[in-house]
Amino acid sequence: MTAYTDPPKESFQLSQLIHDTRYRSYTFQFIALVLLLFGLGYLTMNLITNLRVAGLSISYGFLGQPAGYDINQSLIEYNNQDSHLRASIVGVLNTLLVAFLGCITATILGVFAGVGRLSKNWLVAKLMSVYVESFRNVPVLIWILIISTIVTVMPAPRAYRGETPDAEMFLGIIAFTNRGIYVPKPLWLEGSWVVVTVFVLSVIGAFAYRAYAKKLLFSTGKLLPMGWPTLAILFVPAILVYFIMGRPIGVEIPELGGFNFSGGIAMQRPLIALWLALSVYTGAFIAENVRAGIQAINRGQTEAAASLGLRPGRIMSLVVLPQALRVIIPPVISQFLNLTKNSSLAIAVGYMDLTGTLGGITLNQTGRAIECVLLLMLFYLVISLGISAVMNTYNNRVKLKER
Amino acid sequence: MSDMHSHLAFVRTEMLAQQEPPIKEKGIVKWARSNLFSNWVNSVLTIVALYVIVRLIFSAGPWFLNGIWDTSSLAQCREILDGARGACFSVLSERWQQLLFGIAYPSDQYWRPTLAFVLMLVAAAPVLFVALPRAMLIITGLFPFVAYWLLWGGTIMTSVFVLIGVVVGYLVFTKAERFGFVLGLVAGLIAAVVVWKIGGAITPAVDGIMVLEPVASRDMGGFMLNMMLGVVCISLSLPIGIMLALGRQSHMPIIKGISVVFIEFIRGVPLITLLFVASVVLAYFFPPETNMDLILRVIIMITMFSSAYIAEVIRGGLAALPKGQYEAADSLGLDYAQAMRLIILPQALKISIPGIVNVAVGLFKDTTLVSVISMFDLVGMIRGPILASTEWNGVYWELYGFAALLFFVTCYSISQYSQWLERQLRTDHR
Repeated sequence: MTAYTDPPKESFQLSQLIHDTRYRSYTFQFIALVLLLFGLGYLTMNLITNLRVAGLSISYGFLGQPAGYDINQSLIEYNNQDSHLRASIVGVLNTLLVAFLGCITATILGVFAGVGRLSKNWLVAKLMSVYVESFRNVPVLIWILIISTIVTVMPAPRAYRGETPDAEMFLGIIAFTNRGIYVPKPLWLEGSWVVVTVFVLSVIGAFAYRAYAKKLLFSTGKLLPMGWPTLAILFVPAILVYFIMGRPIGVEIPELGGFNFSGGIAMQRPLIALWLALSVYTGAFIAENVRAGIQAINRGQTEAAASLGLRPGRIMSLVVLPQALRVIIPPVISQFLNLTKNSSLAIAVGYMDLTGTLGGITLNQTGRAIECVLLLMLFYLVISLGISAVMNTYNNRVKLKER
Repeated sequence: MSDMHSHLAFVRTEMLAQQEPPIKEKGIVKWARSNLFSNWVNSVLTIVALYVIVRLIFSAGPWFLNGIWDTSSLAQCREILDGARGACFSVLSERWQQLLFGIAYPSDQYWRPTLAFVLMLVAAAPVLFVALPRAMLIITGLFPFVAYWLLWGGTIMTSVFVLIGVVVGYLVFTKAERFGFVLGLVAGLIAAVVVWKIGGAITPAVDGIMVLEPVASRDMGGFMLNMMLGVVCISLSLPIGIMLALGRQSHMPIIKGISVVFIEFIRGVPLITLLFVASVVLAYFFPPETNMDLILRVIIMITMFSSAYIAEVIRGGLAALPKGQYEAADSLGLDYAQAMRLIILPQALKISIPGIVNVAVGLFKDTTLVSVISMFDLVGMIRGPILASTEWNGVYWELYGFAALLFFVTCYSISQYSQWLERQLRTDHR
């Protein structure tokens, strides 16, 4: 009604906050902010009241206290007198370990299955479809439990004993038992660093050679051989030095002693189960990404390359793959992220990753639920945001440059 | 022409009858040659694949065929099998009720979840298939209220009053909407709350009508719990996801900021940490006197989880719409709410249906994670009461196989539906 009595002015009126689209967004944002702050304040008030009633307070002092529990698989030195913090670090490393191993095997499996599903061989294509569909449509938790059960039916260590053992070590160096898998461990003797240094230098040399060959090709059109010189630069110097230094790198093969194997690297049953399950599960998803990426490339591209006279191998490596990878890599990276997040299901098979140590035993022992869950979320959040940052950088690099 | 014939030794004067193609070039032989043995690599692959299949059949076949269905414990199974390989399916025939409905759901009331399940299929049908009569959508609208009454029991009046509240709220909204979308929404909400309050006051008076035996939330379990969590959380997360997606697209920095932080935070942490929040942390954030049961807390967290993922899918759909659609809506003079409801969202949602279905399947599979916080869903039932019992300790394959099969059938049919729908919606005839 004020509009009648007051003459129209250019100056600001309160009603413009609702009716003028220039200012309305401020009103909405202000209301949203007030509601948000009110909600957060309400939750915080409840939290404070509840903590006071329960006689608790938020503090991270418990991280310094001795953990008092054992961890069956650890990458760093750990015993049950170490602090909760160290137990958590063991958990972090275990999470990263299973995520790293899982990403590698899932990629290999996924590429094979994805290419296999496109195979002209009817039987292979159907087998791969069965693999992909059956793993994609069943919860990963069930697969972890099933594969954990499969691992338990492997022979016990005592089956390897005696004159005529029931089980034999694979190739004489790897033992599959129901307690875990024992693989040879490299021994770094004196002088091994020379071999390692030479190998690192060879890798750099190989890259340098390839860069030189590419430059020569682009400037003069002369094509140098690529395959065997690279292999030669990579391995010949290192092998020569290895023998000259008197074979400084050895191998420790696991041996049966007492009730269990000793020596070598022991991968406990939970790790094996989780690793295999995550690999085959994520592999099925990666297979679909690979298939979609290859199918996304227009047939005309292949035909055009063929009409230029390129051989099939070069068509694949110079024309199809560079374009397909642009489509394949972003979803595959987000599958890696999913695998890392799914590794938190370790708690179902007793693998001591961060969810098992910090979110499991430490939480139950100390009762510090809020602190533990907060730290747990923070860790996964950092990993996720890190991987997303890598992915965004990659996407920006390979983005089609439209001019 | 005829004199040419006399010079030549032989000229065929009539057409030959059509002949069968050579045996190599027809039927199953040709198919096998071109599909299985086209070159040596393929031949090797075929032989390897055949070997794998034969091995699988020979190891799993006897196990299936020797399966025993009618004993009451694993020990009896072993006795009957007498060392031969064979499955002990009797665990399924004896415990199937527990696997499907949980350990504590009253067994004379199993018809209720079953009926709710059938009704769910009927209610979902008109949403999934456009060809069905639109009148069936009434069933869809009524389903949540009927399902609540069937599953939790109690008097039907609770559901009826909630339904009346929703209807009144909607009517008020349609009347008040011409004063502005937000105003209409607020008015509708207030009207609904008023009806619910009145209903809450009247319900005790009319209590005796159509009462079913009440069942507490903690008594629900088995595959039913997975279904409930999946259906409830996906339905709730759709509207929240739409709002988050719109918020993330918004030009208002604060609204956009809130949406982005929420979405990225939820997508960055594993579901299991959110379930930990539901089981041990969430209670701290409610007033001391509230006593929320675990199912409700889990539903809250899973809904938050899935709405973040659905928001990202819908954002993809919004981004895929040509800018002209937004401009056209503006040039018609529609305000934001109208433009979104009438022009943008119908198209964007249509594009994002396959993505939403993917999220739904993923979420349904993820409902098994509640077993980690000791709820007795299908997996929790298997790992807890059944494998821990003396009769069935050690029956792994049959139980996990059954669980995997249930999930496979459900998820595979949903994803087949999604692919079918994608083909239906594809309008570029390539």
